[in-house]
Amino acid sequence: MYQLSDLTKKYETKRGTINALNKINLSIPDGQMVAIQGPTGGGKSTLLQMLGALERPTSGAVNLGDNELSKMPDSGLAEIRARTIGFVFQGFNLIPTLTAQENVETALAPLGLAGAERKRRATEALEKVGLGERLSHHPSELSGGQQQRVAIARALVKEPTVLLADEPTGNLDEQTRDEIMELLEGLWRDEGLTLIIVTHDSAVAKRAERRLHLKQGTVTEKK
Amino acid sequence: MFGTYLYRELSNRRKQTTIIAAGMALAIALVMIVNGVAAGVRDAQSTVLASVYGAGTDITITEEPEQPAEGVPGQQQPRFEFGADEGQTADGTTELSQSRLTSATGSTTFSADALGVASNLDTVAAATATLTLSNVSFSGQIPNRTAEQGTDAGTGGAAPGGPDGAGGSAFDVGTFSVTGIDVAGESVGPLTSVELVDGRAFETSDSGTNVVILDTSYATSSVLTVGDTLEIGGEDFEVIGTVTSTSSDATTASNTYIPLDTAQRVAELEGQVSTVYVQATSSTDIAAVQSSLQSALPDATVKTQEDLASSVSGSLSTASDLVGKLGTWLSIIVLAAAFLISVLLTTSGVARRTREFGTLKAIGWNNGAIVRQVAGESLVQGAIGGIVGVVIGLLGIVAINLAAPVLSASATATAATDAGPGVGGGGTRFGGGATTAVATSTDVALSIPVTFGIIGIAVAIAIAGGLIAGAFGGWRAARLRPAEALRSVA
Repeated sequence: MYQLSDLTKKYETKRGTINALNKINLSIPDGQMVAIQGPTGGGKSTLLQMLGALERPTSGAVNLGDNELSKMPDSGLAEIRARTIGFVFQGFNLIPTLTAQENVETALAPLGLAGAERKRRATEALEKVGLGERLSHHPSELSGGQQQRVAIARALVKEPTVLLADEPTGNLDEQTRDEIMELLEGLWRDEGLTLIIVTHDSAVAKRAERRLHLKQGTVTEKK
Repeated sequence: MFGTYLYRELSNRRKQTTIIAAGMALAIALVMIVNGVAAGVRDAQSTVLASVYGAGTDITITEEPEQPAEGVPGQQQPRFEFGADEGQTADGTTELSQSRLTSATGSTTFSADALGVASNLDTVAAATATLTLSNVSFSGQIPNRTAEQGTDAGTGGAAPGGPDGAGGSAFDVGTFSVTGIDVAGESVGPLTSVELVDGRAFETSDSGTNVVILDTSYATSSVLTVGDTLEIGGEDFEVIGTVTSTSSDATTASNTYIPLDTAQRVAELEGQVSTVYVQATSSTDIAAVQSSLQSALPDATVKTQEDLASSVSGSLSTASDLVGKLGTWLSIIVLAAAFLISVLLTTSGVARRTREFGTLKAIGWNNGAIVRQVAGESLVQGAIGGIVGVVIGLLGIVAINLAAPVLSASATATAATDAGPGVGGGGTRFGGGATTAVATSTDVALSIPVTFGIIGIAVAIAIAGGLIAGAFGGWRAARLRPAEALRSVA
């Protein structure tokens, strides 16, 4: 369960201070599917980075279970990201020189698994997202939808409890968007994940159990 | 994962890998060749020096000749004085012959006590002394002086005499170098770099006797063999052996070698020597021994092999200078350029892979893992460059050894030269016969030794280059904050 208390994030720029997040208080129970919407520059991605232990707040606290992320050292945050949190990005962020299977294996590298075990689990994860026959393909040899499936397999192969997706369908056509969302929803239900999606797309947001609107650093519930 | 990722990165970024490895290979090959040539030149210098100073000599002690005061004649040259009744007269011609053994020009004798001083040092393994001399011989024919006087008085009508039968004269002046050496057979000195060709070497029982060993070239040109007799300083010496330099490229230091005490007696230089050869117990002691000797013998010139190397001149010296200055600087510049290219390409590669490293951090890779990855890639690139560089360097060395460029070298040594006759009053005097310091010219084929040291240097450079580039790249990658890395791409 996520618990955000007076979460504030400010960025110092040459043009002055930007208040990306302004005293946000929020609870997200385990297993919930949440969509975060809002205008560009409203703080959606910043909030996702706070939830993903990628960024530290200027003030306030982010708790994930018993872990207060804002007070953990870098190594502790890396450990949380390695074991508990999965990421899916709008641009897929696959490593171009690695095959699909090797890309998925990168998520298992921090866990210290043996090579054979990594390969087995990566293969299973890719089969689960429907890419069992594309193991040795490089990202450039895959379509946008297939690349996002590889990214989803990479996020889920370590069996996290949280999946954070930043505009996961932003680069995809409608049909592929629906396929990816069905895949994510299916995995959410089957794995019991907490799924948090940042999206501009209302069609995607409507699939979520809970919708949040973030504007000028302030979050509101959307019905 | 580390190995797979590393292999994929290097094989998919061939251009960058090739540029870094090629730059490193060029630098390493150049360093190998420059170091190799430097070692070859040093060996060549040692060969030349050994021919003059003997093998195993670390330090030599000499004394510089004193500068003569203005108006005062310099070193006394041998003079030949003949009494009125000297020589053999026949057919109106008197034949005269004399030889003198004197200290060689350019060398100064000093007390043999210096040998004792050197031998008493704990850090000296061996020491020996030599006396460098020059034998100048005069032989000539002049008209019968008694007959000439009679003609002047108008008392007789005797023939003018002389070699031409018309009252003229003819002189021959011959010179050769003589080195007096300790027959006890120390492990240093001029005879350590020669090998016996015929006859025998000196034995302890030869001390004080008139025996001589000849340089083979001198023996051949003088038509002398073992068992013959050679006049030195007016005394007859038995030829007991002939020697040649152990190096096919060099000659020996002297034309003839005689026992030291005999040389001192004949040259009337009792208790005097001209050079002391010293071998230190360890190469690390040389500087200390030099310092101790210089303190104990303030008037002496104490030189190490390094100092003596500067006395080698000719194209070998030019090559040495070229390698020492241009070669070293070229190596440093190419090496620095290779390192710089490697560092710049690695850091720009990290900048290009910002999203990649940001993503890896987002999925749980810690800084250490990413630094290891970047440094590993750089090390392998350096290693590839190292392997290629070693191969190119070895090929270059083999090519130079096959070409075997010949370098001429001259090492300064004292030796006798032709001398002009002179005429003195009172009987017949011949002066001005001289010995001079001459350079022993030698052609040395450059041969580059391939040693583990040279290969070790190449490997060390490759590792250092990889580590430096990897350290910069890794440092830059480690500084990336995952959120910033992802945001910068967005």
